[in-house]
Amino acid sequence: MSVTDRVRPQGQSIDEEKPGNRDVRRLAFSQQVSKWDVKLSPYLYISPFFLLFALTGLFPLLYTGWVSLHNWNLIGGQGKFIGFENFGFVLGQPYFWNAVGNTLSIFLLSSVPQVVLALLIAAVLDANLRAKTFWRMGVLVPFVVAPVAVGLIFNNLFADQFGLVNEFLGLLGLDPVRWHSDQFASHVAIATMVNFRWIGYNALIFLAAMQAIPRDVFEAATIDGAGRVRQFLSVTVPMLRPTVIFVAITSTIGGLQIFDEPRVFDQSGLGGADRQWQTLTMYIWELGWGQRNFGRASAVAWLLFLMIVLIALVNFLLTRRIANQGGRK
Amino acid sequence: MKFPRKLAALSASAACLTLALSGCGADAPKNAGPTGETGKEPVTLSLATFNEFGYEDLLKEYETLNPNVTIQHKKAATTNEARDNLTTRLAAGSGLSDVEAIEVDWLSELKEYPDQFVDLKDPAVEGRWLDWKTEAATTQDGHLIGYGTDSGPEAVCYNGALLEAAGMPSDRESVEKMLGTTWDSYFDAGKKFVAAGTGPAWFDSAGAIYQGMSNQMSKAYENEDGTVIAADNPEVKEVYTKVLNASTQDNLSAHLGQWSNDWVAGFQSQKFATTLCPGWMLGVIEGNAAGVEGWDVANVFPGGGGNWGGSYLTVPSQGKNQAEAKKLAAWLTAPEQQIKAFTAKGTFPSQVEALTSEELLGQTNAFFNDAPTGKIFAERAKAVGDSPFKGPKFFAINDAMQQALTRVDVDKSDDAESSWAKFLTAVKSL
Repeated sequence: MSVTDRVRPQGQSIDEEKPGNRDVRRLAFSQQVSKWDVKLSPYLYISPFFLLFALTGLFPLLYTGWVSLHNWNLIGGQGKFIGFENFGFVLGQPYFWNAVGNTLSIFLLSSVPQVVLALLIAAVLDANLRAKTFWRMGVLVPFVVAPVAVGLIFNNLFADQFGLVNEFLGLLGLDPVRWHSDQFASHVAIATMVNFRWIGYNALIFLAAMQAIPRDVFEAATIDGAGRVRQFLSVTVPMLRPTVIFVAITSTIGGLQIFDEPRVFDQSGLGGADRQWQTLTMYIWELGWGQRNFGRASAVAWLLFLMIVLIALVNFLLTRRIANQGGRK
Repeated sequence: MKFPRKLAALSASAACLTLALSGCGADAPKNAGPTGETGKEPVTLSLATFNEFGYEDLLKEYETLNPNVTIQHKKAATTNEARDNLTTRLAAGSGLSDVEAIEVDWLSELKEYPDQFVDLKDPAVEGRWLDWKTEAATTQDGHLIGYGTDSGPEAVCYNGALLEAAGMPSDRESVEKMLGTTWDSYFDAGKKFVAAGTGPAWFDSAGAIYQGMSNQMSKAYENEDGTVIAADNPEVKEVYTKVLNASTQDNLSAHLGQWSNDWVAGFQSQKFATTLCPGWMLGVIEGNAAGVEGWDVANVFPGGGGNWGGSYLTVPSQGKNQAEAKKLAAWLTAPEQQIKAFTAKGTFPSQVEALTSEELLGQTNAFFNDAPTGKIFAERAKAVGDSPFKGPKFFAINDAMQQALTRVDVDKSDDAESSWAKFLTAVKSL
């Protein structure tokens, strides 16, 4: 299309060879078209994504904001416009802040070990192993398991009275951990499920990035006398900067939206009798579907969105700094 | 589902064509005769259920009886899935099936929107169900939103071997006498059992016992006008204290959260001697306690009767074939059909006539020491009292209450007083 458009008008004007206002205008117009073509087409080609995003991402986002300004019942629908009352109410709830704390705690317990362990595993996979593909596919297996299935299995392992983990601790002569009533213990258990699923996936992303690092950098480092550990810290990690940022941001978003694992962590799915492991998304669920108060649920959803944006920014700045420093060393 | 329908339409039009070709082209309009003779338009009805209603064969039967009707059956795997689907599509105003099955627990919230459901009140079906079953689905101004299907009358299941080990009788009649008819006598029997010091507890979970007791209050948490009385209702506090005293002071509880993994494992390791059981719970116990001998059912329930669970068929008013849908719902919930569903999947009927059926009364359960379960639960169903009033906030308040009980009974992170204070805060936040 674009090629013929650009060629044909020129050919026409040469054939006719009649200088005239009309032709000039036509020429100008067709040149204009080809100009638009060059400038606009790329945006047109990429627009389906953004149109789709506007429909499935942006619209719900804005609509949720609209809902959060009203009394809104799940079944009854739209009620009175009440401004920011929902936000005020939610921010005054101890349960909201409890959920924020739980979410951050589970997020830190899962994201930090996840990135560190994934890096280490990737480094090992990058070494000269036998049956490389087998090991590389092996770390991805947990990712294929559905989160709810992981939840059910780990739930059994972490059962308070007859769980495998506690039986094992008993063999070692340790007291059983109260996985379902102690707040921190429940966070550790849930973070374990998350890590189990995501470490392998992140490791493969890191591995791909590691293999893109030019080998001569390592050779130079070896000649300079740098050992394996030194090379890993001073060459590999800094060179992975963009990937670390990517993984950190995706795991931030995932970590703050965590829902499946804590929801299946006990039979009632409300985050424990004392809300020990109720995360923000579970709180949204409780408000929206338990109490059917969509207005308040939407307010929490928006607060969560703002929180993610904020933490992603902090994350971005931090990772950039760390990676930069690593590069200067 | 769509494909066979298209296929049917295709073959129908093909048949039409051959008829037309067979030499009577001028008489073509007559071809409409045979289909028109039943006097009804062909109609496709959709029916949405969950778990096992036992309707598969019945639907085929209905299609044979009513050749103009084609039924599409959608089955959700869990009640939660069905509930989410129902509320979402009610909110959207479209997309529901012509007949939607609902659970008794959802009634309190659905009764707030009677306009969404066709009033199924009909003299033809009056008196078909036990009173409490219909009452629960009727709004204050007499709008019947669903026809009852099955029900969950409660009895007490007990592990006879554990009772014997504690030096107590284990045959059904003596146990019935020992448990008595009040909660006090039930707890007293428990104290005797625990005093024998054999190890196991008397009941599984404080939350489960509370559920049984609270269902006997006429209104626990809310007034009919919507005001929340949970915090001030002396009855609620009394039952709360009684259950927790039994759990902590008298140590009758095995301290297990119902449905938790520990609770499931508790059947195998024989951690408790009794549990409250609606009819459908027998299957659950049999599965969890496979290989354990001694389970039995006592034809008694403390404090009167109790019902836990059971479903209804509703006709959403957004549907296009309401009359046909109502007819189908009425037919499926008739006693004869419900007995067939009972034989197929064990769903215990809620229809008066079905409770006297030979087939039902003759049923025994081998796992439960050959107890005449059909007869026992038929009697338990008749013992159920007036259905308690449950307002729109019932679900949320009851969740908070169960959490309060769990904190004391299972987690042991609070005592009864501090947990009650947290319950009050939770109620206030609604």
